[in-house]
Amino acid sequence: MTLAPLPREILICTIARLLDGVRHVAVGASSPMPAAGAMLRRALDEGQAQVRLSILGSVAHNFFTNGSAELFDSAGQGRLDAFFLGGGQIDGQANVNLVGVGDYPQTSVRWPGSFGSAYLYFTVPRVILFREEHTPRVMVEKVDFISAPGISPPGVYRPGGPVALLTSKALFRFERDRPGFVLESLHPRHSLDELRAATGFAFAHDEDPPVTPAPDAATLALLRGRVLDELEETYPAFAADWRRELAAHSLA
Amino acid sequence: MQGDLRSMASRVRPGMCLALPVDYAGVSMAMTAPLIQNGAGDLHLVCVPTGGLQVDQLIGAGLVGLVETSAVSLGEAGGAPRFNAAVKSGSIRLRDATCPAIHAGLMAAQKGSPFMPMRGLIGTDVLRHRQDWRVIDNPFATEGDPVVLIPAIHPDIAIFHAPMADRSGNVWIGRRRELAAMAYASSQTLVTVERIVEQNLLADETTAAGTLPALYVTEVAQAPRGAWPYGLWGEYPTDTAELMRYASAARSAEGFADYMAGQAKVQA
Repeated sequence: MTLAPLPREILICTIARLLDGVRHVAVGASSPMPAAGAMLRRALDEGQAQVRLSILGSVAHNFFTNGSAELFDSAGQGRLDAFFLGGGQIDGQANVNLVGVGDYPQTSVRWPGSFGSAYLYFTVPRVILFREEHTPRVMVEKVDFISAPGISPPGVYRPGGPVALLTSKALFRFERDRPGFVLESLHPRHSLDELRAATGFAFAHDEDPPVTPAPDAATLALLRGRVLDELEETYPAFAADWRRELAAHSLA
Repeated sequence: MQGDLRSMASRVRPGMCLALPVDYAGVSMAMTAPLIQNGAGDLHLVCVPTGGLQVDQLIGAGLVGLVETSAVSLGEAGGAPRFNAAVKSGSIRLRDATCPAIHAGLMAAQKGSPFMPMRGLIGTDVLRHRQDWRVIDNPFATEGDPVVLIPAIHPDIAIFHAPMADRSGNVWIGRRRELAAMAYASSQTLVTVERIVEQNLLADETTAAGTLPALYVTEVAQAPRGAWPYGLWGEYPTDTAELMRYASAARSAEGFADYMAGQAKVQA
């Protein structure tokens, strides 16, 4: 019997689903689950469509030859379909804060910085917000610093932007026109009440939201075989931890 | 052309602007201790396009007045402790950027142009806090089209580490083209390398394409494993355990001082 999917496997499969139809997806630094989701997408599409991956920090899964500027150049040229952004804070308008908490510049908590977000959020058509921690300190009403805005006024060049927000509790889609998030599904074993309490912004939802679908056996086999092997090159620690979790569950 | 690390570091004077590469591109960690011994402070660091361990250590040593960067972190080892502490205490000035804006500033300098226009940025607090950037209306558009202008970045000195150089001072940078961009934009470029090779890198088409010509290189010095604890592409991996050891030690100013003293002892 196939082992039931682990929470991280449901997230990775959801990422692969959100990437349906992309030709080129890039993954930034320190992002093992987006990398795994992109690798799964490529494996699922093999033989039908070519999916190109640019995984920052990988040698085997990165074809750029023009230094670290090329990722941004390719996005500017319209050759990058999907990208992932996290955020120390994410608000209900899909504004992202990667800089810090409190008054800039002397913030009381400082995060690394905006990286490429202030450009890629504008130029990449399908940006997926991915942040595992789903708490009121991350999912806030209004961010303290806008590294990258969720929407732009008319007249601002903006072919790109957010399409979804995926956390450890739920999947939302983003509606640019309202603007705001709509609850798409709750992950197994999470409730609407729990989600409301953990979210600092208001969001639209059904009274009885669906559960995030679990992967089928074939997808799960691909994930635990080929994808896990491919991921090991860039994220050895994450891959080892995943294998340990699988081993522990199969014994239980 | 071939110097030693101490004499290379002595080119750095108080108040100078230094361009330093991202952690995976070839950081000359070997130059960090000589830069600290040299003692020139009030430095303006330009991280291309983000900074890590070297930036954190120069800040911890009290040599930095201004950091221009898209981010500073230790990657898998977490936040950069001395950078974070300096931001909190207000002891360094910040010019927060976004990666392609740093590349745009260097590109402008490379072309000898005063600025480069770039997309994105409109409506961000990154732009709002950058008094040195400008927004204009795209003069070629029929309707209003705001676009940001990034002024050229002209560092005094670029410092990086690469696998090899030849006796003429040509340096092989492979596909890490941001190292060339840094050198084009900077008045001086100091390079440490794993090895000095006897053959001229420009004589073979295979190596010539990935070579930064000596025209842009001020001085080269050999420093085996000179990126450690960072890795060097095609040569050796990052020593993540060492980065974590630093991250934990440097949480306090005292822990940072002890760590750096320990490093100096190992190197002596």
